Amino acid sequence: MQLSALAIGERGRVKSVNADGSIRRRLFDIGVIEGTEVMCLGRSPLGDPAAYLIRGAVIALREEDAGTILIEREG
Amino acid sequence: MGLTMQSSTKDALLNTLCIEKKEESDLVVALAGNPNVGKSTVFNALTGMHQHTGNWTGKTVSLATGYAKSETRGFCLVDLPGCYSLAAHSQEEEVARDFILSGRADAVIVVCDSTCLERNLILALQILRLTGNVVLCVNLLDEAKKKQIEIDLEKLETILGIPVVGTEARRGKGLSALLDAVQKIKAAPPTNQWKLAQNGGTSEDDIAKEIVLTAEKISREVKKAPLESAWTRDRKVDRILTSKTFGFPIMFLLVMGIFWLTIVGANYPSQLLSKLLFSLEEPLLQFLDFLPPFANEMLVYGAYRVTAWVVSVMLPPMAIFFPLFTILEDLGYLPRVAFNLDKCFKKCRACGKQALTMCMGFGCNAAGVVGCRIIDSPRERLIAILTNTFVPCNGRFPTLVAVITMFFAGGAGALISAAGLAGFIVLGVLVTLLVSYLLSRTVLKGVPSSFTLELPPYRRPQIGSVIVRSVFDRTIFVLGRALVSAAPAGLLIWIFANVNVGGATLLSICTNFLDPFASLLGLDGVILMAFILGLPANEIVLPIIVMAYVSGGRLTEISDLVHLRTLLVANGWTWVTATCTMLFSLLHWPCATTLLTIRKETGSMRWTVAAFLIPTIVGCVVCFLFATISKLFI
Repeated sequence: MQLSALAIGERGRVKSVNADGSIRRRLFDIGVIEGTEVMCLGRSPLGDPAAYLIRGAVIALREEDAGTILIEREG
Repeated sequence: MGLTMQSSTKDALLNTLCIEKKEESDLVVALAGNPNVGKSTVFNALTGMHQHTGNWTGKTVSLATGYAKSETRGFCLVDLPGCYSLAAHSQEEEVARDFILSGRADAVIVVCDSTCLERNLILALQILRLTGNVVLCVNLLDEAKKKQIEIDLEKLETILGIPVVGTEARRGKGLSALLDAVQKIKAAPPTNQWKLAQNGGTSEDDIAKEIVLTAEKISREVKKAPLESAWTRDRKVDRILTSKTFGFPIMFLLVMGIFWLTIVGANYPSQLLSKLLFSLEEPLLQFLDFLPPFANEMLVYGAYRVTAWVVSVMLPPMAIFFPLFTILEDLGYLPRVAFNLDKCFKKCRACGKQALTMCMGFGCNAAGVVGCRIIDSPRERLIAILTNTFVPCNGRFPTLVAVITMFFAGGAGALISAAGLAGFIVLGVLVTLLVSYLLSRTVLKGVPSSFTLELPPYRRPQIGSVIVRSVFDRTIFVLGRALVSAAPAGLLIWIFANVNVGGATLLSICTNFLDPFASLLGLDGVILMAFILGLPANEIVLPIIVMAYVSGGRLTEISDLVHLRTLLVANGWTWVTATCTMLFSLLHWPCATTLLTIRKETGSMRWTVAAFLIPTIVGCVVCFLFATISKLFI
C-alpha cells in the first residue's frame, strides 16, 4: 500500500521507493529506504501534507510524494 | 538566518570569503551538520561576538566566519549552511560540499543532534567519505537526557575512528573539549576507514542507501532509547497546533497576541523617547548658532526632527517585536505554520516554505528575501521573493497601527488595533497567494516541486541570548538605517517646503502634480509623494506626510495621535483615505534595501524590476477599486 494511505498512529515498513528526480535522493538522505520503519503522526488541518516519524525525526511529506513510497502495514 | 546588520547590507554580498588567520598556527575549522541541531549555538558559543559574513566565491550563499581561541591556539571557524546531505540539490548543499572538498579547512566539526543520531550520522558518513579530519560533536545532550536517550560516546569513537565530543552548547559544556579534539586530529590525523575507496560500478543511489544502513547499524550499537511512542509531549502539542479545529485559530491568535504586546509595550517607551529627543532640539539649535538660519533650521527642523520621529516611533516596536518573534522561531513553531498552510501554497503551485519566508518578512522584507534560500526550486523561490513585500515589515507596522488607531479604533484602543493589524496581515497573505497563483500560471509556469519539511522538536528558547541578539543587532541596524535614510529625507522635505519658486513652494508644486493621479487611488498628492520619498525606508512615510501638511514646513511634535488625526482630517482625510493609505502601504513597491537584496539574490535586473512593478500595480488596482466603489456608494 502507499505511505499516503497510512492512518494516524499506524506503523509501516518501506517496501520500495518509486519516486524519481531530486525527491528520490532527498528521501534517501533522510533515511527512507527499503526496510525503514515509518509511522504516521498526523495531518495538516487542510489534509495535506502529513507528518511521519522517520528514524527519530518528524518529516512532513505531501500526498503525491508519500504516494510514491510503498509500504507494508505493521501492527 | 535572520535580519542582522550583516545579512542585509550590500557589503555582505561583495565580500568574498576571506579567512584571516591571526597567527600562522591558527586552524581553519568548518562547522557542518543537519538543520536544527544547534550548529549556530555551537558557532555562537565558540566565536562570541567575533563574526562576519562573507560569500563563497561565485555563489550567493553567505557564510558566517568567526574566531575562537583555546588556551594554546586560535581557530578560524566557518559556519557551513545546514543541510541533509552533500548531494548538491540546492546551492547550500553545493557550497557545503565544495568547501569541504576545497581543502581549505584543516578540520570539519560535524554537529549532531543526540536525539536524532541515526539520521545525523548519514551526513557525517558522507563527509567522512571526503575527508578524514572530522570531529563529531554530539550536541543537545540535555535534550537526550530528558528523553531518556543514552549514547555511548566512547564506543562511537571506536567505531568511527574519529574523536567524538559530547556537548550541551546552550550551557557552554564540552566546547573546549571540542577545540582540543580538533587540535588532536591536526597533530595526529586519524586513519580514515570510510574514505571513498572503491567506486567502480556502484551507483550513487546504492552508495546513498549503504550509508543509511551503516548509520542505522552504528546507531543501534551505541544508542539506548525507550521505544518511540506517538504520545510524547511534542506530538501532543503538535496534535493541537496542527489540528483541524485549533490549528488556524491558534495561528491567528498568536499573531494577534504578538502585535498586541508590541503595540502596548511600545507605547510608553515611544512617548519617553519622543519627549527626550524633541527636548534636545532647542539646545541643538543653540549649538549650531554659527550657521546661517536657513542651514541651521534645515538641519534641526528637517534632518534631526524626522530622524528623531522615526527613532522614537519605530525603535520601541521593533525592540519588542523582534525578540518575541525570535522566541517563537527558536521554539520551533514556524515550521508548523508552513505545515498548516502548505496546501494553500501547493494549490498556487508554490512551496509551503514560502509561509516561513513570509514570517521572516514580518521583521524585514530584505531578511525575508534572503530567507527564500530555504526553497529548493528556483521557480518557487522566485515566486516567494517577488511576493515577500505583501507582508508588512516592521517599518510599516507603526504606520498601519497609527492609522488604524486614529481612524478606526475609537476608544477600544490596543486590542482593536491589534485585531485590525492582524486582519491586514490576513489580507496580505491572501494577496500573496493570489499573486503567487497568477505568477505560476503566467510568467513562472511550472508544477509544484516536491519538498520535505522537518518539524523539529520544540526547544526552550534561550531568552537571554534572544534578547541580546535581537535587540542589539536589530536596534543598531534600525538606528543605522534611520540615520542614513531619515536624515536626508528630512532635509529634502524641509528644503522643498521652504524654497519658493514662482509663489509656491517646491513641495506644493510636486504634490499638486501628483494630486490628480493620487486621488484616483483614494490618496492625495502628499501621501503619494511620501510613499515615493519613502523608497529608502518605509518608516519615514508618515513623518513626511505630517511634515508636508504642516504649514511652514516643520514637523511639530506629534506623539499624540489625537492631534495627528485633527491635522489629517483638516487636510481632507476621510476613513476612505485612511483605508487607501493602509492598502497602499501594504501593497506598494519594496523598499530600497529589499530591492537591492532581490537584485543580489536573483542576480537579475529583470526580476528586480518585476519585483518593483508587481506590488505597485496590485496596489494601484486595489486602491483604485476601493476608492471608486466607495465613491459610488457613499
